[in-house]
Amino acid sequence: MKIIVCIKQVPGTTQVDIDEETGVLKRDGVESKINPYDLYALETALRLKAGCPGASVTAITMGPPQAEQSLREALMMGVDDVMLVSDRRFAGADVLATAHTLSQAILADGWETGVILCGQQTTDGDTAQVGPEIAEFLGIPHAANVTAIQDFSAGALTARVDLPATEEIIRIPLPCLVCVNKDIHTPRLPSYTLKKASRGRKVRMVTLADLPDSDPAHYGLNGSPTQVIRIFPPEHHVEHERWEGDPEALAGRLYDNLRAEKFLA
Amino acid sequence: MKNEVEYSSVTEADIRFLRDAVAPEGKVYTRAEIHEDYSHDEMGALHHFPEVLVETVSAAQVAAVLRHADSRRIPVTPRGQGTGLVGAAVALHGGIMLSTARMNRILELDAENLTLTVEPGALLMEISKYVEERDLFYPPDPGEKSASIGGNISTNAGGMRAVKYGVTRDYVRGLEVVLANGDIIELGGKVVKNSSGYSLKDLIVGSEGTLGFVTKAVLKLLPLPKKAISLLVPFDDLATAIETVPVIIKSKYIPTAIEYMEKPVILCAEHYLGKKFPDHSADAYLLLTFDGNSREEVEAIYEKVAEVCLESGARDVFISDTDERQVSIWSARGAFLEAIKASTTEMEECDVVVPRNRVAEFVKYTKEVERLVEARLSGFGHAGDGNLHVYVLRDGLDQETYQRKLSEAFDLLYSKAAGLGGQVSGEHGIGFAKKDFLEESLGAVPIALMRGIKAVFDPNMILNPGKVC
Repeated sequence: MKIIVCIKQVPGTTQVDIDEETGVLKRDGVESKINPYDLYALETALRLKAGCPGASVTAITMGPPQAEQSLREALMMGVDDVMLVSDRRFAGADVLATAHTLSQAILADGWETGVILCGQQTTDGDTAQVGPEIAEFLGIPHAANVTAIQDFSAGALTARVDLPATEEIIRIPLPCLVCVNKDIHTPRLPSYTLKKASRGRKVRMVTLADLPDSDPAHYGLNGSPTQVIRIFPPEHHVEHERWEGDPEALAGRLYDNLRAEKFLA
Repeated sequence: MKNEVEYSSVTEADIRFLRDAVAPEGKVYTRAEIHEDYSHDEMGALHHFPEVLVETVSAAQVAAVLRHADSRRIPVTPRGQGTGLVGAAVALHGGIMLSTARMNRILELDAENLTLTVEPGALLMEISKYVEERDLFYPPDPGEKSASIGGNISTNAGGMRAVKYGVTRDYVRGLEVVLANGDIIELGGKVVKNSSGYSLKDLIVGSEGTLGFVTKAVLKLLPLPKKAISLLVPFDDLATAIETVPVIIKSKYIPTAIEYMEKPVILCAEHYLGKKFPDHSADAYLLLTFDGNSREEVEAIYEKVAEVCLESGARDVFISDTDERQVSIWSARGAFLEAIKASTTEMEECDVVVPRNRVAEFVKYTKEVERLVEARLSGFGHAGDGNLHVYVLRDGLDQETYQRKLSEAFDLLYSKAAGLGGQVSGEHGIGFAKKDFLEESLGAVPIALMRGIKAVFDPNMILNPGKVC
């Protein structure tokens, strides 16, 4: 049984400036980290493996060569294998081209059955689309917004899915893809002993030439139907009001205001 | 100090005087208007209302209040946010409670001298936010971030970063203090060095409002370290964990903090927060923090210490290097006190400090005390600076049995600490709760000196009577 986890390297802080002219994130000098949602996916994978003798966990990421750092961190958390999907021709990919690339890499790796785990979304793109699109490219069932995996046996898994107004418990046959939500499990911390053990280890790299579909028109900017016209930081509207006076009167006024703004029924 | 002084009660005339003295911005609350919160601090067991609560806005107003109180022999209890743990901010003798709540401004950031001038009511969390937004750093880091800086100065509060950076006293450069007779004096200043006579400034720090009322403080700042990484180090048992601490100190790669924690306390915090800790593999942990200016610099240091830990029997060393990871560990660490409190009916704390190489011995002894007095003890602490927080929990015991066991446990713990060369309080102060233990621990001569100093500063004994010595 092979469990695959898709991870992404994102900026290490929430304070990343946007170049207003090009609409590109200013990543220079900003530290990177694993997308926090992907840590939940990694933790879920390692827990599924623990209950499934003979299973292995592979972390894959698409990105520039420096994305290797996030794979090394996955090794420090305890995954068995890692794969870096990297090629200049993958650059500028939108969600569709990214999902296509990752699904091709998963096929190139000889994956046939098991589970693919993704974080619900990334903290930089925030689209939550790549996971389900990978499943569509691979033609396998998927579930997003998963808050718990209750059972993993007999060729299927049972997932609790958080929908806006309801909660679903669904059973999905393998192979399948699951996007896990924040707080499904507290992610384990990277281990220093695993860091030492994996220090000299080479990270497997997959390029366009290794993929079943090697048509460059399907990858990167060329393979992306989404055209970004402009990216700009959101405008902030913060208004402050300061009230002073008698606590009873202020409490009443606060209550009236909250009601008027429909925060209270 | 033995209190044989007869104090006057607050009269209508006093209240009229106080209202005039603090008008228009200050406030005076009479007995019926005083919230119950002001009758106690976080010590819990000690309750007494002041007769009048006064909120001043300036040193001149404080001076007017103290001058009046001194002439009338009305006791004055200073009050910050009431987060103290030893009853220091409880008006044992009634009288006036003088609150710093309305003196909470940050007055000046002096970037050329790296100092911050604040009023005593400024909150610790406001100060750290203010300076950190400007890439500066006020290192003292007591757990209670909603405490006021005045309270921190009064108790010489410590906190977790003491291992590397020291305590509040090390960061107080200057003070403006109002004496009992209403004189306003300045002590210290923005100077880095000072050999000018007795250091009265350092005497005021830690005096718990018994010598004067702090109305302004000049704090020393440092440049903000750009990167902080924590290591969570699991051990098979607490003894192995704690015995590793002196080995780390000896390695000369000094972390900013070394905390120890045990599984039951972690589980208690998980339950309290409704959030899981990132590891459950071990019975005991050390939590180390390192800071520096780049990831590479911090990594080079922590790897050395990680090796030291592994050689000393650690099961592994986990690395917390992102905001999310820090939150998953530190939110639990930050909730320990409240979580333990929520797990029992009542508790009292022993805040002893012992030399760092004796910490293991003391912690092991707490287990023995637990058996000897047959009560539940829970603890965690700053293993790196020898300051331990041990709580004696009441659980289902009736009040009488609990008080008996509490007193037995405290006697054992304090005499053990004294035997190891320790002190009664590491960072919470003496207040009312630890007075007897202080006298026992220091002996007659130092206590007599303290009382002599008190008599010079406050001959009429109006400032926070019944506290410290």
